[in-house]
Amino acid sequence: MRRIAGTIAVNAVLVAGAAVTLLPLLWMVSASFMPTGEASAVPPRLVPSAPTLAHYRALVARLDLARAFANSALVATATTAIALVLNTAAGYAFAKLPFPGRARLFRALLAALVVPAQVAMLPLFLLLTWLHGVDTYWGVVVPGMASVFGIFLVRQYALSIPDSVLDAARVDGAGELRIVATLVPVLCAPILVTLGVFTFMGTWNDFMWPLIVLADRARYTLPVALANLAGEHVQDTELMMAGAVLTVLPVVLLFVCLQRYYTAGITAGGVKE
Amino acid sequence: MSGGRPSTAGWWLVAPALLVIGVFFAVPVAAGLLLAFTDFDVYAIARPDRLRVVGLANWGRLAHDARFWVALRNTAYFVLVGGPLSIAASLAAALLLEARLARAKALFRTIYFLPVVTTLVAVAVVWRDLYHPRHGLLNAALALLGLPAVDWLGDPRWAMPAIILLAVWKNFGFNMVIFVAGLQAIPERLYDAARLDGASAWQRLRHVTLPMLAPTFVFVGVITLIGYFQLFAEPYVMTQGGPANATLSVVLLMYEEGFRWWNMGTGSAIACVLLGIIASSTVLQLRLRTAEAERE
Repeated sequence: MRRIAGTIAVNAVLVAGAAVTLLPLLWMVSASFMPTGEASAVPPRLVPSAPTLAHYRALVARLDLARAFANSALVATATTAIALVLNTAAGYAFAKLPFPGRARLFRALLAALVVPAQVAMLPLFLLLTWLHGVDTYWGVVVPGMASVFGIFLVRQYALSIPDSVLDAARVDGAGELRIVATLVPVLCAPILVTLGVFTFMGTWNDFMWPLIVLADRARYTLPVALANLAGEHVQDTELMMAGAVLTVLPVVLLFVCLQRYYTAGITAGGVKE
Repeated sequence: MSGGRPSTAGWWLVAPALLVIGVFFAVPVAAGLLLAFTDFDVYAIARPDRLRVVGLANWGRLAHDARFWVALRNTAYFVLVGGPLSIAASLAAALLLEARLARAKALFRTIYFLPVVTTLVAVAVVWRDLYHPRHGLLNAALALLGLPAVDWLGDPRWAMPAIILLAVWKNFGFNMVIFVAGLQAIPERLYDAARLDGASAWQRLRHVTLPMLAPTFVFVGVITLIGYFQLFAEPYVMTQGGPANATLSVVLLMYEEGFRWWNMGTGSAIACVLLGIIASSTVLQLRLRTAEAERE
């Protein structure tokens, strides 16, 4: 009897927590389909009276948000592709190829995790001015091309590759470059998916750096375009909600499909601490 | 490179990533530390020869700038109130998910984690509407409970609590996953032994679970601290630092000084303060925990 009561209590709290967690997101979706003005009705409506796609159409046709979507996709994909190559090579080397100063170098990299990215931003902006990278896509991509976290993630995983497998490849005449290009991606596949998902989502969601680097509206990524809209269309709640849905949807879908890999990345850093 | 000695190959494989981190992170960080001693501004971008070394003048000016102290106080408020609240929410969610009686754990874990992956700017736009004084859902909920309406983002007393609430909602899932992993690593026999000794659920939590989670707390504390000191997008989107500077954060001030007014020397000085605070409080937190662990 007590056990049944306990089960009901625990699960009721879980359901209540889920409702509170989901409410803002459900409201966002619901309001994005409401006719203009309905989302600011008093008392509030929770469900659209006559669902409409008008706001999505307006965002794409009038406000060019499809362009921002494509920009975000381009920047996130490019960053992810480059970061996968560079971090995998470095992570593998830190795990499996001893070279003088390796341990000290790795410790220095880990210490750099305490330094917030904002400290680098002002000089980085000046550097990009000098390299003509301001207001370009590659200017947005550049700081994400390699990361201490990415190297760390791959290294921890690559440590578990048996040396015998690598030695066998070497006996067969494979150089280290070939091992990295062909063997390591197969042996480290799960962590590379993790790293890819992390990098893609991080770049997609990033706000401050693209805000600083990009000037031309045509090159805005979604978060920058949305923040810009939020300043101009304060009253147009339904339109803003549609913009928020478009921004959030790709990363939420990606997470739902690949969540096992995503959460693995979080705990990889935490538990081994 | 084929057939090269592994030690040379190691260098070559590490080099591209290190080059990127060096050129686009390490050098800028070092340059930022130097920039903070100069009067670098919008004119110096075109004419670097106009640059003057001003020593500690940037910090001197900051020390007399009321907005800087307000930004520091606001950020401290956000970190010291929002951080513990977030961690408490994460721990509570993790304990619930790991409770024996919980059903559909995977589903609940996914739902609780969802806000973490959402785009901050997008959910800040959504929450700005939830906080709307007239038609916002939050005030509607308060009205149902018979409570008076609050002008969440328009009242200087409520704006920071509102941003903290958003941050807790957005972030608790991240630390929750780490706590779940920590909880799963606690050997079941410790609980069995406690039960044999007649320990209640509360005593088991107090004397088994929490002490065993100590290393997890250190990790979670450090990453939350580092992340929360960088408060920026929430006030940028929701309040622009207002009302009456109530949500002006250190990073928002740095952004305004550096990228709106192009006072890059002052902006760098603010960035240095941020670095100093984050680095010293991280070290302090790690020290405290180590000392605590040694005492036990």
